[in-house]
Formats: sequence, structure tokens, C-alpha cells
Amino acid sequence: MTDDKTKHPEEQILQEGDPETTGHIWDGIKEFNNPMPRWWLWTFYATIIWGIGYTIAYPAWPLIQGATPGLLGYSTRAEVQEDIQTFEEMNAPILARIAEVELSEITPDANPDLYSYAIQGGAAIFATWCSQCHGSGAAGVQASGYPNLLDDDWLWGGTIDDIHFTISHGIRNEDDLDARYSEMTAFDEILTDEEIASVVQYVRNISGQEADATLAAAGEDVYLNNCASCHMDDGSGDQFLGAPNLTDAIWLYGGSEEAIEYTVRYSRFGVMPPWSADASEAGRLSEAEVRAVSVYVHSLGGGE
Amino acid sequence: MAALDGHKKIETNATLLLTLSFLVVTIGGIVEIAPLFYLENTIEDVEGMRPYSPLELAGREIYIREGCYVCHSQMIRPMRDEVERYGHYSLAAESQYDHPFQWGSKRTGPDLARVGGRYSDEWHVDHFTDPQSVVPESVMPPYAFLADNVLRPTYIADLMETHRFVGVPYTDEMIENAELDFVQQATDFGDSGVVERYPGAQQRDFDGQPEVTEMDALIAYLQMLGTLVDFSTFTPDESR
Repeated sequence: MTDDKTKHPEEQILQEGDPETTGHIWDGIKEFNNPMPRWWLWTFYATIIWGIGYTIAYPAWPLIQGATPGLLGYSTRAEVQEDIQTFEEMNAPILARIAEVELSEITPDANPDLYSYAIQGGAAIFATWCSQCHGSGAAGVQASGYPNLLDDDWLWGGTIDDIHFTISHGIRNEDDLDARYSEMTAFDEILTDEEIASVVQYVRNISGQEADATLAAAGEDVYLNNCASCHMDDGSGDQFLGAPNLTDAIWLYGGSEEAIEYTVRYSRFGVMPPWSADASEAGRLSEAEVRAVSVYVHSLGGGE
Repeated sequence: MAALDGHKKIETNATLLLTLSFLVVTIGGIVEIAPLFYLENTIEDVEGMRPYSPLELAGREIYIREGCYVCHSQMIRPMRDEVERYGHYSLAAESQYDHPFQWGSKRTGPDLARVGGRYSDEWHVDHFTDPQSVVPESVMPPYAFLADNVLRPTYIADLMETHRFVGVPYTDEMIENAELDFVQQATDFGDSGVVERYPGAQQRDFDGQPEVTEMDALIAYLQMLGTLVDFSTFTPDESR
């Protein structure tokens, strides 16, 4: 009898104090009918009640025309709209003042509150709209034609009014008729190879870089006849024309012989969109925002 | 609890349990999913949306092929910080011709839903060639090879027909002119009617090379992202 493997093991014997069983028995083991822990059960009931309340308070049940809107009238779109409006209203008075006062009046001494607001707001605007080309630190991309805004070298002028004008209208764009405009001539077909070689050496010489003295001397005439009308006789450039200063060894597209030769032959210049929404349809910033970012850029170290 | 006693019948009868489970899931599905197909306020029609032009569509395919969606989302959420940085929050209708949509779920790089017009073409070429040259802190890998891969419109009409099959309203005229439009959009000259067929399409040489390359297509796609809807005339329906 003990060898009979088909026989079920001995049935579990209930002991004194054991809870009721469910009546289920597997291999002789009985299942106790222990109740759920109360805290669990009540939490479960609470979530059901919460769920019903939630679908009443918030948009939930789909009907024929639309979903039930919910008693609270909640809407994601309305919320973000309200959120933005709240901040716009908070900003409105100070933005209105920034748009009104003379740009030169937004300084730490004359208007410390406006200045601090313009610098911080301007930094945020710069990070959103300007850092793409000028870099998050405003150092530009040397040698790729994205100007550095931290140094004292300005293509179109570094006074607060110049900077404000450049940001408002942009450079060489077709969206704003007031955009700053100039185009360097491509000299590839105008000058001979020798003339180009010599003027490259001349430019390297006046910028204080290593240069072939003989060629450089020969290049002076070429320079005065072809380049000086924009870059000036002494090579100091002309901010009215956006002609870069060639004597300061700060280069937009690199100062190597190859880079200068390429620029002389084929000409290079960058573009900048207009930012002022008042000046053109393509503009994305309000007057106050343009002013704030102008003050920020002016403060970066090179402002005149 | 006499009502619950019947539960034993279900628990001990597998077929009955399966049948009833299926019924419950079906009801849930009908209530949650079916209304999305007929409720008017889930299908917001927005002015300005149009199917992708052939070149943009090819650019989109490259975007998908290169896995751009792994690091870039195309979904501006309705929150103030996102709206201030990226522009108006995305509308469902703006991805109505996307199969599949490119909402993404991770932003190692920035959201691209409204990247159109934010950078110049030259910037995009520089950036694809060597991302760190224009954004030093970027971890994006270079995609310089896109400029070397010449793209031919051999299969573009087939691709558009496939999209039409899943519901994109390409007309016969669009599909007939697909190859011409494809090449024309990436050149500075001539007019094949691509801008007429696809209002708001931008026609120019995007990468500065004479051939149509993958770079052209991808930049054409990026430059139109988020530009179709004119938000100055858009009034949001607040029930959405």
C-alpha cells in the first residue's frame, strides 16, 4: 500500500484556528479563504470612485458629436494659452518701456532694471534664434563665415544703434528692403593669376602675417586699384559697406594664403535674416525683443 | 454574494472565460478607439496642409533611413516652455500625410517639427558635413556622404502611389509629373509647376551642387517642416 504511487498524499488536516477554506483541494492541499488585506481593498474601491469622478470632471466619454467636456472645462490648449498670457501680461509693462526709451539709455547706470531685464531676456532670445549661426557662446564659427560677436571687430558697426539696425533688418536678404547690403566682386576673371597672387601676399602683409615681400610690394598697386575703394587705402575696411578690416588678422573665412586667394577669386559673404516683425513679414521678434537682444550682444565684450 | 458565485462557472470553464474576456476587450476597444474615426473634433482640418512634394518625400525617406527620429522628435507639446522655444504646438493635422508619423519619443537633439526656415541651406550643408563645426557641443554624427549620393527619381512615382494607397491625396497629375517635379525643385531655374502643385514648396538648389543629391532632398524636407500652416490665421478649437 505504501508503494502505490497513484495514491494521493495524505489530505491536509486542518488545525485549530485555521481560517475557512474555499473548498478547493489540489493534491490534498486545501485553499484557505483569507480575506484581502483591508488597506488594499479600500484603496481599490477608492480608485474606482476616483475613476468615476475623474471622467465626470475631465473630458472623457466619447459621444456622437464630441467627447463629454467635463465639469472643470479643462483643455490642454486653453491651459497653455493661459499660461503664455499670464507671462506676457507680467512682461508687458517692462517690454513696453524697453521699446520706448532711447537705446543708449538702457545701461546699468541709467536704467538698471531695464538693463538687467534686457540682458537676461536678450540671452534667452539669443539662445533661441541667434546661437544657430553665432554659437551658443556667441563666438561664431571662425573660418566658416559666421561672425564672432565677442571681439571688437565689427563688420557693420558695433555701436548699440548699428547692432540694433543689423538685427532688425538683417544682412543681404530679400525679405527686408532695408537689409544691409554689399557684395564683394569676384576677381577671378578680372585680375591675372600673378596679380591675385601678389595681392594675397599684400593682404597677408598688412594683416601682420608672414608674406613674400617682393610679391607683397607688387600687390600694393593691385590693392589700391581694386580693393581700396571698399577696404580703404590702409585696409582698415568700411563699416558702412560692411567691408571687413583687413589689418587686424581677424578672418571671417580664414587668413591662410589659400583662404584669402579663394575669397579674392570667388568672393564670399554671408546672409542674415531680418528679425524685426515691424520691419518685414519675415521678422519673428517684436521691437522690444530686438532691443533686448541688441543690448545683450552689445554687452558681450565688443560693443562700442 | 450570490452574484459572484456564478464566477466559479467562468473560472472553471476555459472556453467561456476566453469568450467573455474577448467580449470585454471588444467593448473597451469600441468605446476607446472607434470614436476617434468619426468624432469631428479629433479630425481637425487645417488650412495649408498638402502632401509632400516628390523631393520632400524622398528627403523624408532619407530622414527615416538614417534614423533621425531616434534623436529628434517632431512634436511640440502644448506647454509654455516648448512653445516659446520651438513655436506653436504641433497639430495632429500637421502629420496627417505622414506614413508613418515622425513624432519620435526622445530628444537627444532638438525638436524638428518647425525647423523649416530657421537655418539657411548653407548652414544645413555645413552642419551635415561636420556638425561640430557649427555647434561645438553637439554629439550628432556627420552625414557628409549625403552630398556625394546622387539621387534619381526612378521610384518616386511608385512611392507616391504607395502613399496614395494608404490615403494621401496625390492626384494623377502629381504622379505623372513626379520625376519632373523632383528634379525641378532642386534647381534654381525653370518652372515645372512644382510650386503650383505643392503650394508653399521651396524651389532652389539646396546644397549648391548641380546634381540632385540626398543632401538636396533632406534639406528640402527640413526646410518645409512646420511651415505649411499659417498660424496667424489659425484659431484653435479649445475642445481638443
